[in-house]
Amino acid sequence: MRKRTLIPLIYILFLLLPIYWLVAMSFKTTGEILSGFSLFPQTWTFDNYRVIFTDPTWYWGYINSVIYVSLNTVISLIVALPAAYAFSRYRFLGDKQLFFWLLTNRMAPAAVFALPFFQLYSAVGLFDTHIAVALAHCLFNIPLAVWILEGFMGGVPKELDETAYVDGYSFPRFFTTIFLPSIKAGVGVAAFFCFMFSWVELLLAKTLTAVYAKPIAATMTKTASSAGYELGLLAAAGTLTIIPGAIVIYFVRNHIAKGFALGRV
Amino acid sequence: MKKHYQKAWLFVLPVLLLVAFNALIPMMTVVNYSVQETFGNNLFFWEGLGWFEKLLHSERFHAALGRQFLFTAIILAIEIPLGIIIALSMPRSGFWVPVCLVTMALPMLIPWNVVGAMWNIFTLPDIGLLGYLMNHTLGINYDMTQNTFAAWATIITMDVWHWTSLVVLLSYAGLVSIPDAYYQAAKIDGASNWAVFRYIQLPKMKQVLTIAILLRFMDSFNIYTEIFVLTGGGPGNATTLLSIDLVKIALGQFDLGPAAAMSLIYFAITLFVSWLFYTLMTKDDTN
Repeated sequence: MRKRTLIPLIYILFLLLPIYWLVAMSFKTTGEILSGFSLFPQTWTFDNYRVIFTDPTWYWGYINSVIYVSLNTVISLIVALPAAYAFSRYRFLGDKQLFFWLLTNRMAPAAVFALPFFQLYSAVGLFDTHIAVALAHCLFNIPLAVWILEGFMGGVPKELDETAYVDGYSFPRFFTTIFLPSIKAGVGVAAFFCFMFSWVELLLAKTLTAVYAKPIAATMTKTASSAGYELGLLAAAGTLTIIPGAIVIYFVRNHIAKGFALGRV
Repeated sequence: MKKHYQKAWLFVLPVLLLVAFNALIPMMTVVNYSVQETFGNNLFFWEGLGWFEKLLHSERFHAALGRQFLFTAIILAIEIPLGIIIALSMPRSGFWVPVCLVTMALPMLIPWNVVGAMWNIFTLPDIGLLGYLMNHTLGINYDMTQNTFAAWATIITMDVWHWTSLVVLLSYAGLVSIPDAYYQAAKIDGASNWAVFRYIQLPKMKQVLTIAILLRFMDSFNIYTEIFVLTGGGPGNATTLLSIDLVKIALGQFDLGPAAAMSLIYFAITLFVSWLFYTLMTKDDTN
């Protein structure tokens, strides 16, 4: 029995090592980093974080990312909810084909779409806006949200709908006051996944922005290439990008396993 | 039985419009480029299927495709069994379960370029923890900017670090859905651990494992940012996988025609292999 618990323990240690190294690096001075190897920061410094919190090009990167990620999550959920309901409750012409086509968009390599996306969003005058990135990320987040929500909705018995209609509920009222609360966990999980995939994606976000909506991840790549090798600053910026993920994951911690199974267990 | 209700189309219309805007228009742009040649200034000439023909005979494309399949095959061969083993040995209940799950999910929530940067910092020969341990403590010459094997070992370890948790979480979700009665029955029958795994746990995990294999295939086949940040495709072209090669051609050299043709073939391969996996793994269900 003891041998069995050792495996997850070793795995978690393996997961935490690179993260520890990033965090440790962010508290070191550039001089210490370049002078050689040290397991812990010898002289703790908060300078790297100070730079990020006082320089607008840095902290606006975070604000931009949070804005388009939130926009994307809201848009994806609003359009995916009725669609998932339709898929889980009704049969209609082309439903299976449509569902499959939606999923194929999850398979499209972002690299394939980078240039056409740039041209499309420039043509409609949305280049370098938050909404452009939010809409572009819908390409893979809407199919995912529909998939997850459909899984969770499938677990709600159809009798619930029928009883509500017999009781004289209108559809909008039934949907918002009865149905939504019964798939609360599913909505939370879907929101979590939309947040996650929009937050971690960089290629499209970088292609569609230049100055005003530039994500934090793009600011980091600029630093890595232009300003020499400011590893401490890079590490601090990286550390800060882990925090939003850690916060949202806390809210879905009890549903996370079921959520990753897309509601299908 | 689901009701036939054609008005349900109204429910899916917003999704259809948004995804079509994002998928169909760019896809048409790509198709358009793939059959034309340009010398700049927005002048285009009809090229027919020339780009496709050249690409299918191009050694560079074959090499990138080969590396891509090798990478994806190694990733699947490591992450799927490892994920199952970890999920099997995790506690089923108690205080540690949410702690385990949250820590395991953490790598997946880190932006992909940060993952690359983090592994870069982690593996730097004299400064990084792993690089230092390898070179100075263990005495193994380890520098992925010079050595092809080291570069491959590093990108694979990085991906295992990044995504094995997905397999763990999916398998775990399948495992906890097995009622205790199944295990009790197996105990009465005197079933071995292997028999319990083979005839109770594995069948119950089949559906979630199908999702895991599909997602891991698609995402490892489309991987770009992490590897681009970590190795830039080097040393030489050793880790130039399909996406990296594609971006080099499209945005680096601005060869729109060849890049578009490559995009379409790339997407077609992804679709075909996904479909193949899906049909093979769900074949037994329909019989």
